[in-house]
Formats: sequence, structure tokens, C-alpha cells
Amino acid sequence: MRQLTRPLGLTTLVLVSVTLLLAVFGPVLWSARADSIDIDAMRQGMSAAHPFGTDYLGRDVLARTLVATRLSVLLALLATVLGAALGILLGTLPVVLGRRIGGLVVAFINLTVAFPGLLLAIFFGVVFGVGADGAVLALAVALTPNFARLTYTRAVAVAEADFVSAARLLGVPRAVVITRHVVPNIAEPLVVNFASAIGSALLSFAALSYLGFGVQPPSYDWGRLLNEGLPRIYTDPASALLPGFAIVFAGITFVLAGELTARLLTAEPPGHRAAPRETAAPGEPEPGGEHGVLRVVNLRVRFPAANPVCGASFTLHRGEILGLVGESGSGKSVTGAAIAGLVPHPGQVEAERLEFDGEPLDPARLGDRLAMVFQDPMSSLNPALRVGRQLAEVAEVHRNADRRSAMARAVDRLRAVRIRDPERRAAQYPHEFSGGMRQRAMIGMGLMGEPRLIIADEPTTALDVTVQRDILGLLREVRDTQGTAVLFVSHDIAVVRELASRVLVMYAGRIVEELPASALDTAAHPYTRALVASSPDLRTDRSLPLATIEGRAPDATEELPGCPFAPRCSYADERCHTELPAPRDLAGHRVSCWHPIGALEVRA
Amino acid sequence: MNHWLVFAARRLFRFVVSLFVLAVATFAMVHAIPGDPVRVALGLKAPAALVTAKRHDLGLDLPLPQQFLDYLQRLCTGRLGSSLISGLPVRRLLSEQLPATAQLACYAFLLAVLLAVPLGMFVGVRTRNGRARGTEAGFVTVTGFFSVIPDFLLAVGLVFVFAVTLGWFPPAGLASPVAFVLPVLALAAAPGALLSRIVRVETRRVLDAPYLRTARAKRLPDRLLYLRHALPNLLTSTLTMSGLILGSLLAGTVLVENIFAIPGVGMQLVQSVLNKDYPVVQALAIVFGGAALLIHLVVDIAIAAADPRSTIRER
Repeated sequence: MRQLTRPLGLTTLVLVSVTLLLAVFGPVLWSARADSIDIDAMRQGMSAAHPFGTDYLGRDVLARTLVATRLSVLLALLATVLGAALGILLGTLPVVLGRRIGGLVVAFINLTVAFPGLLLAIFFGVVFGVGADGAVLALAVALTPNFARLTYTRAVAVAEADFVSAARLLGVPRAVVITRHVVPNIAEPLVVNFASAIGSALLSFAALSYLGFGVQPPSYDWGRLLNEGLPRIYTDPASALLPGFAIVFAGITFVLAGELTARLLTAEPPGHRAAPRETAAPGEPEPGGEHGVLRVVNLRVRFPAANPVCGASFTLHRGEILGLVGESGSGKSVTGAAIAGLVPHPGQVEAERLEFDGEPLDPARLGDRLAMVFQDPMSSLNPALRVGRQLAEVAEVHRNADRRSAMARAVDRLRAVRIRDPERRAAQYPHEFSGGMRQRAMIGMGLMGEPRLIIADEPTTALDVTVQRDILGLLREVRDTQGTAVLFVSHDIAVVRELASRVLVMYAGRIVEELPASALDTAAHPYTRALVASSPDLRTDRSLPLATIEGRAPDATEELPGCPFAPRCSYADERCHTELPAPRDLAGHRVSCWHPIGALEVRA
Repeated sequence: MNHWLVFAARRLFRFVVSLFVLAVATFAMVHAIPGDPVRVALGLKAPAALVTAKRHDLGLDLPLPQQFLDYLQRLCTGRLGSSLISGLPVRRLLSEQLPATAQLACYAFLLAVLLAVPLGMFVGVRTRNGRARGTEAGFVTVTGFFSVIPDFLLAVGLVFVFAVTLGWFPPAGLASPVAFVLPVLALAAAPGALLSRIVRVETRRVLDAPYLRTARAKRLPDRLLYLRHALPNLLTSTLTMSGLILGSLLAGTVLVENIFAIPGVGMQLVQSVLNKDYPVVQALAIVFGGAALLIHLVVDIAIAAADPRSTIRER
């Protein structure tokens, strides 16, 4: 109901009330004035007595336009009701009649929908005769196909819906299924369609009357008034423009009413929760060692409503496969996107240091030195372009290759990722590829240049297990043969353990632990321990229930003063809830925790 | 290639069946008229001998099945009869009036599509991810306004402003090329506005698609991003919508021709219906209906050609 108090709702309510009030009281108030013939004041222009002039019998145009509201609205309403009734009847026929005859009815409905309604109405006017009655019938028939098709498609969709099948399986009687489940779900779109159909019926009726098929004198609606006024547009434009304005006004009113009905019936969208917060991330010690392919210090990503990454630091060495794990919403994918310069608007990326290949990272100058592989190979390739083309354009854009040599390289790269018959495959569209082949093509796309870094964002999550192994093997092979570093983002700790040499564990936008993959079982952070424990592998005792992490991860809009994991942590004490732990170096580890598990604390 | 033959044959068959249904409908139309159509057309005062003669000319005194077969035969050979009122052959009327209507509809269609697709894409790109809210509000308001105003009222407004008040364009007829401007504008405005809205929404949908993120990850220039990667994915919905637009333009020409006093088939249709000149109305129903079916067929084929997946989906 909140829609009613919004600007659109209020405007619509006011317009609808004005139109309805005019329709009810207009004829009562101004009929006498509208019908009083004044031979001395024929075809007058604007004057004080007649603000919009007079017609060919000296009748006041303004009064006539106001009075015509009732007939115009009434006829439109009548035609819509009739059309909807006929349409619903026709639309339910195929459901009742069974497959063969029903199919014919459906074909007929689809055929008639292709014809413009107004033309149908004009042709039916021949059969029903010229005049208001005939026009109502003709317009009703013209509106029928739309309602019929909507009824039919909705009825079929609902009849096949899970909840209807469930009700049937439960033995709910057929009549109850129809009244309780089917009808309410068809009614909603029909009501919305009805409201907007009144608007178009009103406009169509005005058109019919204007052409002379609708209301005949001495009756008059807006279309009739326009018909009488238009020939005088040179001398007294007001007498043509006023009924025209009335038609547009009422048309817009009913279109808005349709829009409002639609919004009232669909669920309200949730409001935005805005909670921007300032993070005073602790200055972290510089990670030592040689300069890596990628060096990130205190990376932060801000959105107006959330801060998905608040202070991540790590280094990625040449030829290294670094795992980045965490639950969904931990900020791991955003971290990958931030490095590649792909954070969507209005997100902002900040970092104390963000260096790629020894120089400050500039997404515009990355060229083909950085490649990305995404989670869903089904939708990550452009369905409208041939696969070879999508690979070749990388070389064309970044290496100034001509079309032929770029395509040759594309074929070569497809072969490199072990796609059989690469010449033929390059000429195919993505939908002709299987999921695993598409993911290999994506990796091949990344190999069009000589990438220093591949960011793989959940590249195996959407694939089945055998294909997963294939893709992991391929990434390892790329690393081995080309020395490419891989940032492997995944929620699947088992996969990360298998592939990566070092692992970053991310929680609530922060990296809580960094450790060798081999040390995952002896991790120091309680969260990492919990994550490992909740991930089954071959050694898991299957007679015991699988461990889960109690509670839920804080979402990025929440502000917590202490360690973000504290609310779910069994080791947490007072300090954990109030003070953010700074990262500390343990043996081969970096961990942000006040109570690291079993660690022989060696302060750096 | 085989796909295409099967597909084309199937669509062509559907087209022919639809044409047959149209022929049945137009035949039924005349016979559904209450009373004797010839008597209705010629008026109550017409001499009985004339009515009988006309009935015989039209074959209305034959048994129904025979009439229908004759009707089909005449349609197939293109003999459309002649007007009850003027006695002129319908073919001559059509050959004189159809070009003006076809020109109007084609120009309006081209204008609507050529304006709406770039505009919708441009605004869609500009307003992606909630950028440029001012542009978005302005675009939605203006196109919303134009898509609600019916073409014949816009025509009235255009005549008033540009022909009557400013005198820039002639208010009626198609005597000179400038005379096309106002009727074409009136016809193109609403469908163009509607199409540009749809193109904008579709553009934003495509820009959010994972494959566009892939294209961005390849760091392609904007030109390739939007023209090569986004545009082809907009084609299906744009083509579907274009078909509906062309269909609605058929009805639009009837009204706009009447307002601008353009001697086309639309004007002829209104006069013939008012005069109850059945042979002409019947022929025009075939022409308009056939045009609608043809548009349907062309759009179907164009969509199949534009979308690499559609031939596979086709059962």
C-alpha cells in the first residue's frame, strides 16, 4: 500500500478521481449548457462566454467536452469488460477441450493477436454496423485475442507449476485446485491487463468515433467532438484541441492506473540499507621477499551501502598458485574484481599499494597481461559470437594482429587447452560447447597473450567433478609451462588444498590467515579450523555428523568493533569483541587472532 | 543448411494456412452482415431489378460452397471485383492508393527504428548501474509521454503547431517531399518511444550479463564492447518489437491518412466501410491482413537468422 503515497500513486489517484467525478457529475452539471443551441453564436472562437468557442450549432465546446467524459469512459469500460469476458472464455477453451481441438484454438488466438486491434475493430464494424453499439462490440472483439492469450499462457503455466502438481499428488479435489491455486494466479496478470486495456480501449474508441464509426449524432463522445472540431483547426483550433486534450488526459490516466495496479500487485522492492562506515584498518607490516607479480597492501573496496573488502594485503609470486578461500559474501570475489579493475559502479577501490609486475597497477594498461576466468562458463561467453572470434579479438586489440593471424593464434590456443578439432570448434557458437569445453575456451582466451597472472574466480564451481579435475590440471599446466601466477578464488577448501601452494583465508572483508596449503590442518585461526572441519574429504569419518560453523557470517553492511568472527567463535573473550586483532607472524603463518590455536608464538 | 530448408518450409506452410484462414474470415465477414449486403449498400430505394442484377454479378445467388470456391479462385487469380458504389475495379483503386500508404508506413518504420535503437542503447549505456539519474528520469518521462499519446492526436497537435501556427509544413496531402514530414513523425513517435524504452532496458540487461564482464576483463575498447558484444544480443527483442511496430503502423496509417487527407488505402478503407462498399472492404481486409501476416513471417525468419541458437531450438 506504500505505493499509494508515492508521487506516482498520488498523481494517479488524483487523475482517476477527477476523471470519475467528471464522468458521474459532468452530465448533471453541464448538460443544459452543452445542449443549448444558439444560432447567433455558431462556430465562434474563444470568448469570455465560451472559453473554448462554440460548435456548428452554437453549443459551448467546453461544456460538451466535460459532458462527453461519461459516455467516453463508459463505452471504453463496456468494451473492455466485454472483451475481457470473451477473451477469458476463449482462453480457457484449449484447457477444457483437450489437446487436438485446443491446439486449433491456440493457433487461432496466436493468429489474431498478430493483427492490430484497431484494424480488427474497423473491419468488425462492417459486420456490427456503424454506431456506438457496433463499435463497442467491434472493439470488444478486437480486445479479445490479447485476453485470450494471456489467460491461456497463464493457465498452462500455473497448471504445470510445482505447487499445483503437489496439490494433485496430495489428493486435493480438482475443483479446489482450480479455485484455490489456479484462479488466483491467473487473476493477477488479468487484472493488470484489464486496467491498462481500459486506457487503450478509450483511445481506440476515440479513434473510431473520430473516423465516424463510433458514436453518432446527436450523441457525442470525445472522438465525435474531435471529428466535428478538426475541420476548423485553421480558424478555431481550440475546438479541436480541447477534445484532443481530454482524450490524452484520460488515456494517460488509465495507463497510469494500469501501472499502479501492476505495482500494487507485485511485491514491494526492499529498501536500501545505507550504512557507510569508516574503517581505520591497521597499517600492516610490509610483506617481505622479492618483488612478486602482484603486491597488494591494504586494499579496500567501498560501496555506498557496504564495504565488501576492508583492508586486504598479500603478495603473489611468479609461477605461484595462491588460493583465496572464504564463505560467500566474505569479499573474495570482489578482491579479484578490484585487482582486474572490474568493480561495478558505484564501487570505489583504494589501496596503499597495488603493484602489478613491479609497477603501480593501472587497469587501462593491463592489456592481455592479466586474464580472468569466471565461475559460470555457460554465461561467460557471448552467445551471439563465434568462440574463435571471441578469442581472436584479444590479439587484435592488444597485439595489433590482423584478423587471419589472430584467428590462427585462437585456434592454436584452443589446441593448447586440449580442445579437439580446434579449427572446427573455433567456428562454432558457445551453445555448441559443453560446460567443461567452455571453461577451457575461457582459459584459452586468457592465454591469447602471455599473461603474468590469471585470476580464476570459482572456475570449477559450476562444473561436475570429473571436469573439475580437468580444469585444475589445465591451470597447473599453464603455471608450469608459462610461469603464470594464479589467484584461485574458491569457497571449496578441498579444491584449494589440492591446487594451491599458499592459502589466504578471508572473512568479512579481511584476510584473517595466510598459510601454506600443507598447514591447513594445523591452522592457527579458529575460523580456518572450522572451515577445514566443515569440508569433507576421504579421511572424514562418515559415521559422525559433518561439522558446521554455528551462526552466520556478518554481511558487509554491519559494523563490528572487534574481531568479526568473535560472535561465532568458541575461543572468543571480552577483548575479541571490542578490539580488532592485528596480523601477527607465526612460523610460516600470518594470522589475525588474539587466541591462535596451538601456536608456538613467535613474534616477528 | 538443412535446418534452414526445414525451417523455411514450416514457416511458409504456416503462412499459407494463415492466408487461408484470412480468406475464410473475409468471406464470412460479408455473409455475417445482417440482411442482404447489396440491399444495404445500394439503399432501400434502389430498384429491385438493380439489386438482383448486382447480386447475380457478385454471385450471391449461388449456393454457399460454390460461392466460397469461386471466391478462392478469384483471390488466387487476383480478380478482386469492383466497387459497388463507383463501379471501379478494386485492383485499380489499390494500385493508385497502396504506394502512398506503403511509403508512409516504411518511412515511419525506418525513422522509428533508426532513432530508437541508437538512442535506447546510448541511454542504456549512460544509465548503467544507476549512473546519470537525471538523464534516466528525463528519458523515461519524455518517451513515456510520447508512447501514450495516440498517433492521430499527435497528428492534430503537429498540424496545429507546424502547419497552422508556424506554417513550416503543408497541413494535408503528399504533394511534395516535405509533406511527408508531419505524417511520418506522427506515425513514428509512439512506436519509436516504446522501442527506445525496450532497447534501453535490454541494453542494461545485456551490460549486466556475465559475458559482458568477460569482454571487459579482456579490456576491449568501448566501441567493441557495445557494438560487437552488446548489440547482437539486443537483436532478438528489437526484432520482435519491430514486427509489432510495423503491425501497429498499419492501423496508424488509417487514422493519420484521414487527418492529413492523404489519398491512401487507409482513407479508402474508412470511406468504403462507411459506404458499405463490401467488395472493396473485403479486398482491403485481405491486403491489411496479408501485410500483417507477411510482417510476422519476415520477423520470424529474421529472428532465426540473427540468433545462432534459434535453429537448434526450433522443433
